[in-house]
Amino acid sequence: MADIRSFENTPEAGFGDFVQLLKPRVMSLVVFTALVGLLVAPNSLHPVEAFAAILFIALGAGASGSLNMWWDADIDVIMRRTQSRPVPSGMVTAGEALAVGLALSGISVVMLWLSTNALAAGLLAFTIFFYAVVYSMWLKRSTPQNIVIGGAAGAFPPMIGWVAATGSISVEAVLMFMLIFMWTPPHFWALALFMKEDYHAAGVPMLTVTHGRKSTRKHILVYTILLVPFALATAFTSIGGPVYLAVSLLLNAEFLRGAWRIWRRDEAQAEADKYSVEKSVFRFSLIYLFLHFGALLVEVALKPYGLGGW
Amino acid sequence: MAFRPEHEIYRRRFSRNLGVGLVLVAFVALVFALTVVKVTRGDTMHSNDIPDGTVAIVPQEPTE
Repeated sequence: MADIRSFENTPEAGFGDFVQLLKPRVMSLVVFTALVGLLVAPNSLHPVEAFAAILFIALGAGASGSLNMWWDADIDVIMRRTQSRPVPSGMVTAGEALAVGLALSGISVVMLWLSTNALAAGLLAFTIFFYAVVYSMWLKRSTPQNIVIGGAAGAFPPMIGWVAATGSISVEAVLMFMLIFMWTPPHFWALALFMKEDYHAAGVPMLTVTHGRKSTRKHILVYTILLVPFALATAFTSIGGPVYLAVSLLLNAEFLRGAWRIWRRDEAQAEADKYSVEKSVFRFSLIYLFLHFGALLVEVALKPYGLGGW
Repeated sequence: MAFRPEHEIYRRRFSRNLGVGLVLVAFVALVFALTVVKVTRGDTMHSNDIPDGTVAIVPQEPTE
């Protein structure tokens, strides 16, 4: 009887705990950007195929999230932001997170292949590999440029959506990739400026820890300046148009202004107002990305009425 | 002859089992829907690999 009774006081993971392994908040961003990539493509999929494509791209992203939670269980326990995740909180074992991640990776890649095409499935497989192995296992703990390179994993979904619909990579797909890729560093470094104790305690070499906060402020400004041409260039491709250009000009001006303000401040000023500028730039960066992709959707929605595009 | 009373572990696991069950049913429905779409369109299951999806199933005329 003893072996049966031993179950009694262990917490039982519910279905929701396994859903949390897939990082649903990150997945919602993946669903949105992949959907935009798929909808702005010049040819359209059958609605069932399109639904399956988005579902399996999101599932692949979830799988890489689960693999990340398996690998990072040791540092997730230390950081306040991640302590309530299912593995550090003891609801799900690290082994279960690994199993869920591997199983869902396989299912999502094969199903994306069957519902769309091999190139899209290959890109999804590469994205999972890149996030789980290149970013989580290798770069995250070894270089302060971790965010820059890890951002590529988050940048693939709109490209995969585009490829799922068209079967090939084009300049539009590359520019959507570059928009997220260049946006990620200033976005995360702004976060790192006001979440400093967390990364430091966990020994993750964030730029703020290795090169200091002054250097991080400069990096935010430089990466934001580098981001602007990619964001604006999209306006002059087949998916852009006057609406996108207008939205993009406003958003980039505001993002540049925010990066400039972060750069001009020093730590004493930031401490004095509890990092209000850094926090507001971080929040604005989310709006920035959301509205850029939203503007692409507006352009494609206007096309049937002879508006949208150039 | 009475069955042994159900262990309470099964009650605790019910939400998980129900969730997995529903996901599997949804997955079967999706695969079925995909199959219907692909078959009714006469796809080769290559979709966009080949620009014209009908190429692979139409016998090619031998060229001189």
